[in-house]
Amino acid sequence: MTFQDILLMRHELLLSVLMLLILIIDLMLKGESRKSLIPVSLTLFLGVVIIGFLPASEGSIFGGMYKTNGTTLLMKNILNIATLIVFLQSAAWLKKEENNQKLAEFFILILSTLIGMNLMISSGDFLMFYIGLETATIPLAALAAYTHHQTKSAEAGIKLILSSALSSGILLYGISMIYGTTGSVYFTEVAAKWSNEPLNIMAFIFFFSGMAFKISLVPFHLWTADVYEGAPVNVTSYLSVVSKGSAAFVLMTVLYTVFPAMVEHWQTVLYVIAVLTMTIGNLFALRQKNMKRFLAFSSIAQAGFILLGIIGASQLGMTTTIFFVLTYVFTNLAAFGVVSAISNETGKENMDDYNGLYQTNPKLSLLLMLALFSLAGIPPVAGFFGKFFLFASAASQSFYWLVFIAVVNATISLYYYLLPVKAIFINKNENPIPSFKSDVYTRTGLIIAALGTLLIGLLSISYEYIASLSYGLQ
Amino acid sequence: MTNYSYTLFIPLIPLAMFLLIGLTGHKFKPIVSGYAGTLGLTVAAFLSYITAIRYFFIEGAVDGTYPMIKAVSTVWLRFTDTLHIDLGVLIDPISVMMLVVITTVSLMVHLYSLGYMKGERGFARFYAFLSLFSFSMLGLVLATNIFQMYIFWELVGVSSFLLIGFYYEKPSAVAASKKAFIVTRFADLGFLIGILMLSFTTDTFDFKTLTSLDGPIITSTAGASFMGLSVITWSLIFIFIGGAGKSAMFPLHIWLPDAMEGPTPVSALIHAATMVVAGVYLVARLFPAYAIAAPDALHVVGYVGGFTSLFAAVIAITQIDIKRVLAFSTMSQIGYMMMSLGVSGYGDHEGLGYMASMFHLFTHAMFKALLFLGAGAIIHAVHSNNMTDMGGLRKYMPITHITFLIACLTIAGIPPLSGFWSKDEILAAALHHNPILFGIGFGVAGLTAFYMFRLYYNIFWGTDRHYHHTPHEAPAIMTFPLLFLAVASVFSGFLPFSHMVTSDGKPFEAHTDMLVAIPSVVIALIGITFATIMYKKPSTIPDRLAGSIKGLYKASLNKFWFDEIYLFVTKRVIFAYISRPIAWFDRHVVDATMNLVGWTVTTASNKIKGLQSGQLQQYAMVFVSSVVILVLLFVYLISK
Repeated sequence: MTFQDILLMRHELLLSVLMLLILIIDLMLKGESRKSLIPVSLTLFLGVVIIGFLPASEGSIFGGMYKTNGTTLLMKNILNIATLIVFLQSAAWLKKEENNQKLAEFFILILSTLIGMNLMISSGDFLMFYIGLETATIPLAALAAYTHHQTKSAEAGIKLILSSALSSGILLYGISMIYGTTGSVYFTEVAAKWSNEPLNIMAFIFFFSGMAFKISLVPFHLWTADVYEGAPVNVTSYLSVVSKGSAAFVLMTVLYTVFPAMVEHWQTVLYVIAVLTMTIGNLFALRQKNMKRFLAFSSIAQAGFILLGIIGASQLGMTTTIFFVLTYVFTNLAAFGVVSAISNETGKENMDDYNGLYQTNPKLSLLLMLALFSLAGIPPVAGFFGKFFLFASAASQSFYWLVFIAVVNATISLYYYLLPVKAIFINKNENPIPSFKSDVYTRTGLIIAALGTLLIGLLSISYEYIASLSYGLQ
Repeated sequence: MTNYSYTLFIPLIPLAMFLLIGLTGHKFKPIVSGYAGTLGLTVAAFLSYITAIRYFFIEGAVDGTYPMIKAVSTVWLRFTDTLHIDLGVLIDPISVMMLVVITTVSLMVHLYSLGYMKGERGFARFYAFLSLFSFSMLGLVLATNIFQMYIFWELVGVSSFLLIGFYYEKPSAVAASKKAFIVTRFADLGFLIGILMLSFTTDTFDFKTLTSLDGPIITSTAGASFMGLSVITWSLIFIFIGGAGKSAMFPLHIWLPDAMEGPTPVSALIHAATMVVAGVYLVARLFPAYAIAAPDALHVVGYVGGFTSLFAAVIAITQIDIKRVLAFSTMSQIGYMMMSLGVSGYGDHEGLGYMASMFHLFTHAMFKALLFLGAGAIIHAVHSNNMTDMGGLRKYMPITHITFLIACLTIAGIPPLSGFWSKDEILAAALHHNPILFGIGFGVAGLTAFYMFRLYYNIFWGTDRHYHHTPHEAPAIMTFPLLFLAVASVFSGFLPFSHMVTSDGKPFEAHTDMLVAIPSVVIALIGITFATIMYKKPSTIPDRLAGSIKGLYKASLNKFWFDEIYLFVTKRVIFAYISRPIAWFDRHVVDATMNLVGWTVTTASNKIKGLQSGQLQQYAMVFVSSVVILVLLFVYLISK
């Protein structure tokens, strides 16, 4: 293995180095000066994000366990940008006195999960995949319990670690059966030796359930609401955007590269799960009064839409899925950004608290409106284009009924996405949330998210670029 | 080939100014917005002139033909390999000519408004909208494909709507802006249908492909037909409907007179010189398609144009409001341009009508903008729109008087002013192709001279009224544009248009046809003489004449009751017999269905809330049993 080969792991290596650097810097900082860790980490991470965009070679190392190409780089870069926005939006919260001691932890835990996700995306066999998955999951539990003096946060951590233990177990069981039936854990060899025996189907369902847990697809979603509500807002936004997005990417890559032989079968599985997810997610989202819980269920419904892209099993399907995740990243981070800014400033997280927000904080209100419109899929914001392309992709594969159900669900979702908008602009309030000015990090994060929400859909170059890197069934 | 990519900035500068003034205008003194907008337009005008000089004089024709250059082009939405919506800049003779027209008139209007709109509430808003309009109009003429043109077409409509309704506290302005928007939008529906049909049959939006002689329109002869006309013909007729709406062609003209509710500089820019000629530009843009592939559609263009020009001229004779006289005159002159396109053939001297139409578009923009700005100065001085409140103003407003007189002589077609040259070419083209339309055009020339001089005498001669304040000449910032446009009106006729703007891009020699020129001057002089007899001094002739042809007089005064006809059709017929049943259906059937759906959803939502208990052991149970159920289900399905 040459130095060139090692450089293929650029993203993972840079993140690891950054993680270690932060650990070391943290050791040298004491007391108040600890806060300087925020700008330092942000700058370093920005560097990592930028380097990620430099042109890179493709190839595979470790005997095919790790592989990289244009698509994986694109996925990793999307996750990097999302993480950068999360970091920016977390700064105000991290600056609080109570977090002073464990500032570095936040960065390190998130970075280590990001490494895990990158490994998952680049994995060429199930072992590497599983290592990535665990690296991406266990620190999340610690993150969910970050404010452990709060019962809810601690509860969220426990619930996440226990649920994910269960799902990991089932997933690992699935992998072992895959190994048992095909005699290999390499993606290419499994794909070559795959046969549609009942045992294989069972193995696939076990594996799929584990992934469905990560993306929080119904009926494997039950942990989501409790964890999202209990965890600190910024962790929730990381969970709902980066963690979910990466899992969707991985599920798609694995389905397209490992299981092309049973494409009709997994399309049926996805069909059922997509319908369940969109519908149940919507039905629960309707009734939520807590903004975090509201966004949690909304993100479940959105995950159902992602499946519409994956189910296409074609180059178009992959393009639309990646494009949708990209729009979803910016949109959801804009929504979570506003919720987190308000939560950090006032501690208020209920929809009723947002009544009359426009009177006091017009800019935040408009941004939240923009994000919710995008989530609901109203043109000309990014979310509309994301959904539109997804529907077009599914329709081009003749999944007309699925598209119809999705359209109905999108209509239903419009109702609840407009509820906060109504609260903000129409509902009266004696004492609305007071006017405040966020710090420069939060504002930068919000501006990036807003620009993304506004522009991604209109700049066709983003779509064309994704299309040029996508592929169909292998 | 020369690089014209800088032309992208010509529309982008006004856009930047719109955003700047619109977003930050309220933070500065209003006049700053005015200066910013004017400065931006000055730069855009400068770039346009450079482009025109380079295109026509430095580069000139390549191999005897002016090239059609895509200076900038990016794919915006791709449907198939050939069918994609681009955004770009197209440089060819007519787009370069339009650049000059738009930026010149727009710059003059910007300058003029510094004086005219001084002290108005919403001064910054006015300049923001002016910039938005300039951006949209420039984007329209530079469009590389018909869909881009459609986008800017609608933007132009929106800016026109905003500017007509500028005095939004005045109910009549609000009504006029709505009317203009709805009528033109209705016509744009035809445009859109035409675009869809055309792109469906030809598989492209691109102007260059659509108009090239070996392109899909012109080579395709087969295809479905409907009522004896091919799909291409139908689609071009539909596209013309959009153009007719914007250019206020009969019977879609009803919005233009009311649009005079907007500030007068706006009328000069949008409703005289630029936006209303968009329809002419649209037909000219697709001209090879009309001329070669769909001569029937071109006939429609010609007859609609000819009829409108006569119709509007008859109405213009009796109007009292000076801006409305000018509005109907605009309609009439645009009808002229359309008629001229309608009688044109393709290539060389056959394309005389095309050249004449573009020529007249150019000269008309100058003198009509001058007339409107002059009217604005008059209205500014006497605080009224009605000519019954005016008279004898030549003593008080010498500059306005002289420039207005020049404009009237120009539009009447008196040599050697520019209007004579362009009108002469139109009549010459009509004479050779269609004697009926020539007759109409000839008559309209006389009517035009008559009503313009009726207007002129009523304002500047006639009885001297008692004014509240003594009228005074407008400030220099307003008279400068008048003088500039007067110079342009006098001299623009000497431009060698047949060497620059032709139907196939190849220059040809155009001669003044004495057989046409002499009668047309004579009839103009007759019209002027009649007007002089009747209106120079107070006389009873006009009233006696009106009495002797009472029916026609009333019909013309009431604009042939077209507004009333439209109101009858919409309110009494469409609203009562179509809209009301639909509203009932919507309220009782559609709403009820939706309420049922809503009720089902909320009920279902309530029923399943127990699923989310918060207890982890239950979650685990659901998880595991779901896996088992899925496995059983799929193993069963597959083994079957």
